[in-house]
Amino acid sequence: MGSIGISVVRREAKDKVEGRLKYLNDYSSPDLLYGAIKTSTFAHARIKSIDISEAIKMPGVRAVLTGKDLPYRFGIYLGDKPPLAIDKVRYFGEPVAAVVADSQREADDAVEAIKVEYEPLEVINSPTEALAESAVLIHEEMDQYAHIDAIKPEPGTNIANRTKIRKGDIKEGFEKSDVIIEETFSFPPSDHVAMETRAAVAEILGDGRIVIHSTTQAPFVVKNLMGAYFGVDPGKVTVISHAIGGGYGGKAGMQLEGLVYLLSKAVEGRKVKLVNTRDQDMITSPGHIGLEAKIRLGATKEGELMAAEILFMFDSGAYADYAVNISRAAAIGCTGPYRIPNVWCDSLCVYTNHPFATAYRGFGHIELAFVIERAMDILADKLHMDPVELRLKNAIAKGDTTPTQSVMDSNTGDLKACIRRTAEMIGWNEGTRIIAEDGKIRAKGFGCLWKAPAMPTNTDAGAIITFNEDGSINVHCGVVEIGQGIKTAFAQIAAEKFGIDVDQVHVIMDVNTSTSPHDWATAASRGLMMGGRAILSACEDAIAQIKHTAAQVLKCPEEDLHVWGGRVFVKDEEHIGLPVKDVALGYVYPDGNAIGGQVIGRGKYISRRLTGIDPDTGKGNPALEWTLGAEAVEVEVDPKDCSYRILKAACTMDVGKLINPTMARGQIMGGMAMALSFSKQEGFEFNDRGQVLNRDLRSYKTLRIGDAPEYLVDFVETPQGDGPYGARGLGEQGVIGIPGALANALSRALGVPYNHLPLTPESLWKKRRDNG
Amino acid sequence: MKSYKGYTQLVLRINGQMRKAVVSPNDTLLYVLREKLGLTGAKPGCENGDCGACTVLMDGKPVKSCIILAVEAEGHEITTIEGLKDTPIQRAFVEESAFQCGYCTPGFIMNAHAMLNTVPDADDHTIKEWLSSNICRCTGYEEIKRAVAKAQKIAGGV
Repeated sequence: MGSIGISVVRREAKDKVEGRLKYLNDYSSPDLLYGAIKTSTFAHARIKSIDISEAIKMPGVRAVLTGKDLPYRFGIYLGDKPPLAIDKVRYFGEPVAAVVADSQREADDAVEAIKVEYEPLEVINSPTEALAESAVLIHEEMDQYAHIDAIKPEPGTNIANRTKIRKGDIKEGFEKSDVIIEETFSFPPSDHVAMETRAAVAEILGDGRIVIHSTTQAPFVVKNLMGAYFGVDPGKVTVISHAIGGGYGGKAGMQLEGLVYLLSKAVEGRKVKLVNTRDQDMITSPGHIGLEAKIRLGATKEGELMAAEILFMFDSGAYADYAVNISRAAAIGCTGPYRIPNVWCDSLCVYTNHPFATAYRGFGHIELAFVIERAMDILADKLHMDPVELRLKNAIAKGDTTPTQSVMDSNTGDLKACIRRTAEMIGWNEGTRIIAEDGKIRAKGFGCLWKAPAMPTNTDAGAIITFNEDGSINVHCGVVEIGQGIKTAFAQIAAEKFGIDVDQVHVIMDVNTSTSPHDWATAASRGLMMGGRAILSACEDAIAQIKHTAAQVLKCPEEDLHVWGGRVFVKDEEHIGLPVKDVALGYVYPDGNAIGGQVIGRGKYISRRLTGIDPDTGKGNPALEWTLGAEAVEVEVDPKDCSYRILKAACTMDVGKLINPTMARGQIMGGMAMALSFSKQEGFEFNDRGQVLNRDLRSYKTLRIGDAPEYLVDFVETPQGDGPYGARGLGEQGVIGIPGALANALSRALGVPYNHLPLTPESLWKKRRDNG
Repeated sequence: MKSYKGYTQLVLRINGQMRKAVVSPNDTLLYVLREKLGLTGAKPGCENGDCGACTVLMDGKPVKSCIILAVEAEGHEITTIEGLKDTPIQRAFVEESAFQCGYCTPGFIMNAHAMLNTVPDADDHTIKEWLSSNICRCTGYEEIKRAVAKAQKIAGGV
């Protein structure tokens, strides 16, 4: 009986199609109070006054708070953000005041009655503007901000972090290059658009314990940060995460939890719910980072990459949040999956007056890959070389070194196999630019991907296994189900280990930080690998306990026993054995004597041999594992008006080992769709005052069913030696190569270099016009 | 035209049952379903009629319950996801893995169910036209397309 490699239907499927699965905002109780927030109408302004006198008198209103009431500054890496703006606002949509009332309507009405007077300041609308000598400072008091060592803020500037990569000799690298290209790239900040907006409920119990229910991907991070931010003993904080309606990184870190706790505190610990409206979810809460980048790439005339000089200027928006680590992750992976001996990279996280950024699917890699993959095509053009051939020639492999000079080990996936398979699926050799009789142009574009988790060196996972009277297993693990299907994969991993049907494994869906074993966060595509390892270890621990009890009953050495298919039996005399269910809760002899007690399997996993990086050179070993892959896109463009359709999107990924093929395909297709949407048509539009003009789903257009291409997905399975059954992460990776592939296809189709996203027909047309 | 002032008791016919609720004339149908009647299957996604997560049926036609007032629903037959059990489209959604996080799923299913009843032989163009009023952010829509095709077969007895 095998459970690995089988497309088991996800455990919660029936509840999802019947509308019975409860998300946080589906829970209600009569004792709830409701929060609402007043947001800034300016992107950068001094707060002259806030008048709450009318709001506080309104019916049902229990509390009204402003920044002056909350003297805190938070940040997961850099403490720069007050929960409610103090003295000045730094982005359009920033919270300036909050209300707690008996009903949502009363809270909303009171928010309307709060009057704020602003004195506008100069608005910084891009990293380039922020880095100008004369630029106004967005955080004047940066030198006072607490931050972790890995982050290097530069007080007196708008730079929140700078990560340096210095590998080889960049000067020599360019001297040895026959062909050098130099280009600039950019895209604006955008949003995750999870269909469920963020929400949180907090209450403070009589003994001071704090209970928070949240739409969080990272309940343990929230618990820990509650301690760090508010001086609360983390043991007194319980964070509960229910089913999540999409995260994509946007629900990691601290979101609404800190503020809703403060609101509860303002009403004597009563239970307060705070739910984002869609526009708050898009601009008040953090979104996807923006980027401006410059690259010089050099190669020999044979196409061997010699040197890369890269400057990333990430648009962090008004606060640092995860952006300072995204810019760091982008530096660590700055070359993309290519062997480049000489690398110089400065990755800057730059404050602007835009909505701030947090983790987004791909975490630095979708961003860096757009730059690298476009640059590879531009270089291929200049070399008169096929872009796929150029990629094959330089594809990273075992024994090569990364930008941080760590060696790709024997667990390195087979990128060349991925490139070849994707080229085959998209029909690369059948022509990459074909003009049809009706004048439309069909063109193809290619883009590779790589990704390593960006996470602390001590990132861990834990698992506990308990048993039921029927011998079935309960698996507790702190990874959150956000739609990726991880709980089902965990059930498969445990079922495989015990040789039982996957239906005999029950997975606890909700995560509760007081009862679930510690788990870093549902982020970085590390859940399958680390949670999977913890579950395997818990299974082994449980099996040892089952054998220990059974050995006494069967009167044989433990090491002669085997647990499989619901039985514990003597390996070489299989008929001698017991059902696991008779042992797992303690064995009872016919005379009533009981032994052994219940089996509780304990499992854990902690990342191995990771280090930080050197502040001057970036040297170090920060990557747990690299997932490699290759993607391609085929478009059909009407050259008359530059409108286009995406016909096909292809991806081959080296996933180590497929645990659940259908769910893996689903993750990859979903990733490709998200990235197609992002690169084709998403991005905030700002006016010169820094206000976001498209903050609803009518004007901010995401991909719809009619826009979806045909997907071609395949896998390579080079085992990850330390992964569960050889598996490695794949949740985010599908997005990474797509923006470059789409831009390459459109550039090829129209003969115009498209280096700035989003690639709307209008922007294509304008660029072509400007290029003459 | 009927006018409403202040809180009013409404009797709504939902999933074949008569349900009473005291509502304000400006309460949306979505709000009343979720907060007053405990039917939380319809989800708020944008509360602006853009994403389709709140889709329910009114006399068999899909409507976005976030931009319908509860008072407008009086006298109509309302069907929510809680009113569907083991329909072809629900079975097909499970079999084709047509969801990940599941938040958009009730809305998608309601819309697709109405389409299958209204235009059982809907072609690709019609399917795209109907289902473009819903956003799914997790899947690439392929599984949803397959589920609809499968439900058409199941419903057609093929």
